[in-house]
Amino acid sequence: MKLLGNLNWDVTPFSDAINDPSTNTFVAAGAASLVIIGAVSVLILLTWFRLWRPLWRDWLTSADHKRIGVMYIVLALVMLARGVAEGAVMRGHQAMALNGGPLSADHFSELFSTHGTIMILFVAMPLVTGLINIVVPLQIGARDMAFPVMNQVSLGLTAAGAALIMVSLVIGRFETGGWTAYPPYTGKVFSPGEGPDYWIWSVVPAGLGSMLSGINFAVTIYKCRAPGMTYMRMPLFTWTALCTAIMMIYAMPPVTVSSLMLALDRYAGFHFFSNDLGGNMMNYANIFWMFGHPEVYILVLPAYGVWSEVAATFSAKQLYGYVSLVTATMSIAVISFTVWLHHFFTMGQSASVNIAFGIATMIIAVPTGVKVYDWMATLWRGRIRMTVPVIYLTGFFILFVIGGLTGVILANPTIDYQVHNTLFLVAHFHNVLIPGVLFGMLAGIHYWFPKVFGFRLDETWGARAAGLWVVGFCLTFLPLYVLGLMGMPRRSPSFTDPAYLPMEYLAAFGAVVILGALAATFTTYIVSIRHRKWLAVPLGDPWDGRTLEWATPAPVPEWNFAVIPEVSSRDAFALEKEGGTPYAPVSRYADITLPRRTTMGLTVCVATTGTGFALVWHIWWLVILCFTGLLLTMIARAFATNTEQIIPAAEVARQHRRWLDAIAQNTGITRDAECTSANRGLAAPDEVIR
Amino acid sequence: MSEERRERRSYLIGTLLSILLTAIAFATIPLDLPRGGTMLLIGISAVLQVIVQLRFFLHIDLSRQKREDLQLILFSLLLLGIMAGGTIWILTNLSQRMM
Repeated sequence: MKLLGNLNWDVTPFSDAINDPSTNTFVAAGAASLVIIGAVSVLILLTWFRLWRPLWRDWLTSADHKRIGVMYIVLALVMLARGVAEGAVMRGHQAMALNGGPLSADHFSELFSTHGTIMILFVAMPLVTGLINIVVPLQIGARDMAFPVMNQVSLGLTAAGAALIMVSLVIGRFETGGWTAYPPYTGKVFSPGEGPDYWIWSVVPAGLGSMLSGINFAVTIYKCRAPGMTYMRMPLFTWTALCTAIMMIYAMPPVTVSSLMLALDRYAGFHFFSNDLGGNMMNYANIFWMFGHPEVYILVLPAYGVWSEVAATFSAKQLYGYVSLVTATMSIAVISFTVWLHHFFTMGQSASVNIAFGIATMIIAVPTGVKVYDWMATLWRGRIRMTVPVIYLTGFFILFVIGGLTGVILANPTIDYQVHNTLFLVAHFHNVLIPGVLFGMLAGIHYWFPKVFGFRLDETWGARAAGLWVVGFCLTFLPLYVLGLMGMPRRSPSFTDPAYLPMEYLAAFGAVVILGALAATFTTYIVSIRHRKWLAVPLGDPWDGRTLEWATPAPVPEWNFAVIPEVSSRDAFALEKEGGTPYAPVSRYADITLPRRTTMGLTVCVATTGTGFALVWHIWWLVILCFTGLLLTMIARAFATNTEQIIPAAEVARQHRRWLDAIAQNTGITRDAECTSANRGLAAPDEVIR
Repeated sequence: MSEERRERRSYLIGTLLSILLTAIAFATIPLDLPRGGTMLLIGISAVLQVIVQLRFFLHIDLSRQKREDLQLILFSLLLLGIMAGGTIWILTNLSQRMM
């Protein structure tokens, strides 16, 4: 047995580039160098600015739901940068792929496999989880999540999966069978290398982490609401978070289980999904999509929640059709579990099975349509401010409806037989995931950013980024519909029909615009940090918000609320402001109990990454070491008794009174001055629109 | 009757019922019933076993404050039914068409 398993010097893209210099190997080596340079420069910057201690104390070991949420979003943005870059490389390659192309077919396959896996599991999921983490406890008047340490563990598991995917860029190769990793192609016989193992050991911890997050969110919303907050008084984002959480609990286990079954096939000679000895690879597709379809609604429901908050706040109106929005959300959550077969209409089952799932798929468009009308009615005759979230909302309205309509087209099995496995499908799911999920999350970040950090994001750069995302999306993905209808198969490393070229060029140009959008997004954050004094909104209510989270200072203190609020209506904060009684003084403060800092999540992250890496390369001693460490950490944690810290009432009172005094001295601003430096986070009374 | 005694009695009844149901399932083998009857008996005692465990050990009943837990359990049953039923439908259909 070798000490380092299957590892040796020949597995890096650098040795490939030296042994076989070509554009293909140089691109791979370049990507690997970027990962190494990125990691090293982060280490250097942390040391240069002496940030190690704050990073450790305030972030990595913190059990504060807001900080955990921010870490989720940072992870997602890092992975987004890689995912977008991969997408741009693929579009660039395909534009040159008439009778060939710069990259090898295997390299191209690695690109679309990592791109899909990263975008779904390590960009969209962490964005959604991060935003829910930050917002939900604030909206329901809670001090933290129900299980703050489990929250850390969820983050640790997700980060471990992401780390392994980043490692796969430098050491070895990733899987080449797409983000779904269908066997038998990903079985030992057809893919003997380490690729599918990298995929498995990234997906399994991420799936576990998301399931734990789901349990955490559901319990928090069920059990930790402020007194008086009944279900029908919850803000709509919290409603969508609840439905998403319940879906996570039921939808994540199938993918974890099917990946582990695939692992048993590959490592232990099982035959769940192999070609012989009773294996049934069709059951893999079945189990995978039992996760895969609810997953897209897990991602898009919180975005719907963001749109509901954004539409109401920025048109200064009550949300139209609250009850219908709640009902639609719950209907979507249930119906989304009855449509998974539409991902494999062409697998060979009879027409009656296909049409049953096809009809279910068309039905799910109905509650979504209800929602779109509700949002439009919310905006109707409101005083709309074209802030960055509203620009995203506008893009979403137009583009998401197109994406939804192509979805209804695809839901018809007879049409699906014509266009399945073409770029038409690729265009469709990008058309719902980018304007739906990504725009929603970017709008949500812009909307709640001041609550967490205490200053607004720069509106000019934010608007530039939003515009570039909308235009870039249209240029890149609308041509793919045309290419798909012309018959171009998805995942093609090369083609022979020159008729594809014009649309390919257009899409490649669009990819450049999207790169610009990504750069503008990061620029927004950098510019805003530089101008943070100018953009500061310490009084906490920059948008004249309607829900509880805006009734706190910005940045919101670790304990969220000085005293837990009593809720007597929907849009509690908006009604208080209308009645002229917001920011009421508090007569008695009490000590506040909060979770203590812990290294649990970080330990789980390191041990899981180690276990995964060792399993990929068959380094058995390291597997045993890391996995035992993982188990011992959990057992040791069960014996920890000193897990809480007390914030004395005097400290709470001091900070809260200082904030109330600052509010008393400020006159507030009208909505016209919302995007100027006069906005300190206090809304002047405004005419009420009903 | 004190709260504690009532609780203890409830646990005791639950334990006895679950032992009884387990015993019935095992007894079908020495009793040598016809195959269909054996399956049916084991199936019924399994379902009853689940209900006994929920009622006596997890304290799920129809009272108002347990309503949320009951809803979650019913929702789980619905989803598991959809997943298991759907899988059986799809895979038997595929299997028939490949014969």
